[in-house]
Amino acid sequence: MMLRLKNNQSVDLDKLEILAYDAFSSLAIALLTEEANHCAAYFAYKHELGLQFIMAIADDTHHDLIILSHLLKKEDNKTLESLTQSIFALHIFERELHENFGIEFKNHPWQKPVRFPQNGANPNLQINDYPFYTIKSKELHEVGVGPIHAGIIEPGHFRFICNGEKVLHLEIQLGYQHRGVEQLFLDKKQNLQRHLLAENIAGDTVIGHSNVFVKLIESLSDKEFSEQLQIERSLALELERIAIHTGDISALCTDAAYLLGASVFGTLRTLIINFMQFWCGNRFGKSLVRMGGTHFPFTEALKQELRTVLQAFETQFEEMVCLAYRLPSIQNRFDFSGILTKRQAQLLGMVGISARVCDLPRDIRVSHPDFAYQKFTYQTLSLEKGDVFARFLLKKRDIRNSIAWIKTVLDNFEFSETNCEKPNYNLALKPNSFAISLTEAWRGEICHCALTDKAGALKHYKITDPSMHNWKALELSMRSMEISDFPINNKSYNLSYCGHDL
Amino acid sequence: MRRELKILIHNGKQYIPDLKNVSLRPPFRGLPEISTAKVDEKALVAICPLGAISAGPISLDLGKCAFCGECAFAFPEKIKFTTNYKISSNKRAHLIIKEGATSTNLMDGSAIPKVVKKTFSKSLKLRQVSAGGDNSCEIELGAASNANFDMGRFGIEFTASPRHADGIVITGPITKNSANALQIAYNAIPDPKIVVLCGVDAISGGIFDNSNAIERNILNTLKVDLYIPGNPPHPLTFINALLDYTR
Repeated sequence: MMLRLKNNQSVDLDKLEILAYDAFSSLAIALLTEEANHCAAYFAYKHELGLQFIMAIADDTHHDLIILSHLLKKEDNKTLESLTQSIFALHIFERELHENFGIEFKNHPWQKPVRFPQNGANPNLQINDYPFYTIKSKELHEVGVGPIHAGIIEPGHFRFICNGEKVLHLEIQLGYQHRGVEQLFLDKKQNLQRHLLAENIAGDTVIGHSNVFVKLIESLSDKEFSEQLQIERSLALELERIAIHTGDISALCTDAAYLLGASVFGTLRTLIINFMQFWCGNRFGKSLVRMGGTHFPFTEALKQELRTVLQAFETQFEEMVCLAYRLPSIQNRFDFSGILTKRQAQLLGMVGISARVCDLPRDIRVSHPDFAYQKFTYQTLSLEKGDVFARFLLKKRDIRNSIAWIKTVLDNFEFSETNCEKPNYNLALKPNSFAISLTEAWRGEICHCALTDKAGALKHYKITDPSMHNWKALELSMRSMEISDFPINNKSYNLSYCGHDL
Repeated sequence: MRRELKILIHNGKQYIPDLKNVSLRPPFRGLPEISTAKVDEKALVAICPLGAISAGPISLDLGKCAFCGECAFAFPEKIKFTTNYKISSNKRAHLIIKEGATSTNLMDGSAIPKVVKKTFSKSLKLRQVSAGGDNSCEIELGAASNANFDMGRFGIEFTASPRHADGIVITGPITKNSANALQIAYNAIPDPKIVVLCGVDAISGGIFDNSNAIERNILNTLKVDLYIPGNPPHPLTFINALLDYTR
């Protein structure tokens, strides 16, 4: 039988059946061909006998996470048949395995480097050696952008092949942000240090990554924590979603040269992140989420303040939205730009809001809800068109939906200051275990997996940011578009560089 | 047009008139105060996840501090974070806050070269380079130019080309993979130029210090003019640092 786990569940490593690669392949392909399933993580770690591969498949119909595993023994040939031929979404995971461990995936379309890691299989590989796809032609020209961009954003290189203004091909090379985060999770022994790491994986998704991290550790410690604590964390998660989406809408207005929208949405974001600062002292929510408890309980005074902030936000947001979303100049700029079809999204294994605009309703809050979203259910939204305007529109609707969810919680949940526990950084972890945790952050699902050794110490930590699944979508969106449409497409996805590079 | 005006009126006055005297409220964590109270120094030193606290006598290095507040929660009688957001300095050593220190001015005015005030006090264009930054510093630097903080009123702006810049603002612990690009950007900025390290990651490597993927040698070859602590620094911290340094 396949091992089926629930979200935030841990299991004894010995329960994980190791399959032969043939059996693993056919099972994985059969499962991943179904629309309701997708690969949440596929990674390997160094086992005493060789390399153990673990794949987590999210089954949205049964709300389960199916865990499959196979083992490549030390004496085995480091060659495996690529699964990407059948399941395209695995391309990035196989590229990563190739880069980290030197596994040759036979018939993989291109085993290019993913992030040029410090502990990769080929230490001589330099970031300037990336093998870009080229077309030899006198009619075509290439445009290289980055790694350093014109604005205040993270580094990454974009290589366009153009015919005049028209983009035939875009290839995105990342890795400049690689900080060795996964290795540091093992090197840093204090849980507080790991908290700081989780908060710094992606500074725009502090609450998202922190939530996944604490739930993973708490599940490995096998303790129950208060309902209020879990509700508070999800409140923060929704506030983060509102803040970042509002910032994205503002930035999209900037790129369409609509300054009123850019300015007003920009100041609306300030309302929300300043509330985060009132709550925990940091505008991004750093140090808010802590394992076992919190230093910053959600008090009655904060509840009243949040109501006032949301009231002010909503009034101005709705007024501005009424104008901005109906402007012909905005519609003309965003409509039909960078269309991605449902079929493409599915093949790419996309997740989160970028998948939902392509009518692929992937949302962990609905498919694999944790306590907060079980108690207060969330209705996910999707659209069909898959263009920049759809992404622009869904951000707006997601904001409204999040506000409605927060209000339901505020109306129906009694927050008490007295039953709040303080953080506990000395949770003992179950030995010889595997744990998996997923959370729907504003970009999409974040997946963290951890394995512990016989003494209960972490022996492997794996992070899959939604950007890992979604970067390819931006490349495909740009095909046949004008190169001047790149900024609005890039902004509409707003994918993470550091979340990908780790 | 009427609808636009209505929105503008409802949006109200957004800019902060006096950026130098804003009162932030707790739990915002700014400049710490360290009392002379006797505590278990060993435990206090051990509690800091980034090794920012040293004993004998107790001191806290803002260049290594992530402002997580853990020390103040455990030893409230010893360490207290005030809401003073002016925590930047042109001297690395000044970021180390000592036990019983009462001075709130970390900037050493006498050490600022004359050419800085002469050249940059009316107009300062900066090139920002993220070298492993987690995007929170970057977002806050963007926010420094928004309608609330409006850094542009002082003639301070971010520019796209390093050729047009008067200085470089570095965020992130400086990854191996981005070190070369950072060097190229730095070289492309004409003299005289200032170098600003923004955020705990840039100043000391933060939680990423000791990672094999980090390569901070470039900092040994250039002169750093301004250290802006924070994780990330608040826009008010950033703007005040530049104002105090250049005018």
